[in-house]
Amino acid sequence: MAEIVELRDAVAELVHDGDAVAMEGFTHLIPFAAGHEVIRQGRRELELIRMTPDLLYDQLLGMGCARRLVFSYGGNPGVGSLHRFRDAIEHGWPVPVEIEEHSHAGMANRYAAGAAHLPFGILRGYTGTDLVNHTNVKFVTCPFTGEELAAVPALRPDVAIVHAQEADRRGNVQLWGIPGVQKEAVLSAERALVTVERIVDELEPRPGGIVIPGWVIDAVAVAPRGASPSYAHDLTERDNDFYKAWDTISRDREDFTRWMDEHVLDATGVTA
Amino acid sequence: MSAEAATAGEVQTIVAARLLADARSCFIGVGRPSTAAILARAIVNPELVLVYESGTIGAKPYKIPLSIGDGELAATADFVVPVVEMFNYWIQPGRIDVAFLGAAQVDRQGSLNSTVIGDYDAPKTRLPGAGGAPEIATGCDRVMVVAPHSKRTFVERLDFLTTRAAPEAVITDLGVLEPDPRDGELTLTRLHPGVTVEAAREATGWALRVAEDLRHTDPPTEDELSALRELVAR
Repeated sequence: MAEIVELRDAVAELVHDGDAVAMEGFTHLIPFAAGHEVIRQGRRELELIRMTPDLLYDQLLGMGCARRLVFSYGGNPGVGSLHRFRDAIEHGWPVPVEIEEHSHAGMANRYAAGAAHLPFGILRGYTGTDLVNHTNVKFVTCPFTGEELAAVPALRPDVAIVHAQEADRRGNVQLWGIPGVQKEAVLSAERALVTVERIVDELEPRPGGIVIPGWVIDAVAVAPRGASPSYAHDLTERDNDFYKAWDTISRDREDFTRWMDEHVLDATGVTA
Repeated sequence: MSAEAATAGEVQTIVAARLLADARSCFIGVGRPSTAAILARAIVNPELVLVYESGTIGAKPYKIPLSIGDGELAATADFVVPVVEMFNYWIQPGRIDVAFLGAAQVDRQGSLNSTVIGDYDAPKTRLPGAGGAPEIATGCDRVMVVAPHSKRTFVERLDFLTTRAAPEAVITDLGVLEPDPRDGELTLTRLHPGVTVEAAREATGWALRVAEDLRHTDPPTEDELSALRELVAR
């Protein structure tokens, strides 16, 4: 059963320097509050795993938290580049970052294999692309039909961090709206932290709702607006203006650092 | 003609939307492909099922979303699925008819680069990467590419082959390219109103083939143009 704890304590206990950390949420329910706590606690040498790095990993990369990044789409959705992601890869600022990139289908199947505790996932993919020479994919022959298929290694992060709308007092979690790969991330990881908008007495079934039982989660922490500037379906709105503003804030190293100092490092709890 | 003539970008979006007239479902990326697909529901195909890689199937956005995961897409979708299901159950088996893709570079066979400009290990410009494109391009029966027509985009050699696509049409702001049935090379088959063959050749990074029966696209109608402008203004 998941313990309901303070976010600060949960991060201190579950996230260590050098860990492979998967913070998931596909455009929706991105765990910004927890990621900011990881930055405030000064974690270093992380292997950051995430299908869509988005603004959160742009911030973690720009603050020098990572030595490695595993991803499938590193853009600011609908806006353009992630400038800190680009600076880290193009110029090694503030620290060099090794990358391993896949397609979305590849990453999704890596998580699914991890959740199933299988060694690899299979799909029709990667064929004829230059990705084959630059990432971790191999081809296997189907023992039944002889078809050649792509094999991608399972993801088994040390810790998964996701955000959800609500948890009950026993730490059972429910999320709805765009469900992404959060369930797979939690089930593939050694340890799991879930932040939630609110604690409720009882989880009320929702259309398309995904329930993750407290007994596969290590800690639940309350973080109201903890996905902002991403959002929690039915509870908060995606702050599209901030996604656009980030293009300017993050373009320059000094502006970025100043913004992070003011809005993340000096903050004690959940940030705007 | 309307008071304000259509811009090249508006013509591109409208021509792309018309190509979805008989599609059942369309997988869409952000940007101009997204606008074109939403417009298609308004002008040529109200039943078109819009599919976004965030897992929203049958989304009916009133406004053009900024991201592929905006709340309105999930709120208006027929149903919403996890990412694993989206790729494994819906895209891979070919259940989505058409894919609308963009790219930073397109080559003469219609393959796409969205990974890097320059050398992979020492990039001049690091682009976002593959996203869903490689498997969307192979999973969907029909692929269409929507891209700005310039020498930077239409290149002799891709810096990186992210997506092996064989698009049935590439819709640019100058015209439409389609594969030559003999060898699949993208060939100029249609020019938008007021555009010359010379301008299209000038904006292409290889010696552009021109179809013998080159035609002009029909200019946007009043209805098409006002529907697009209304959509963008929302």
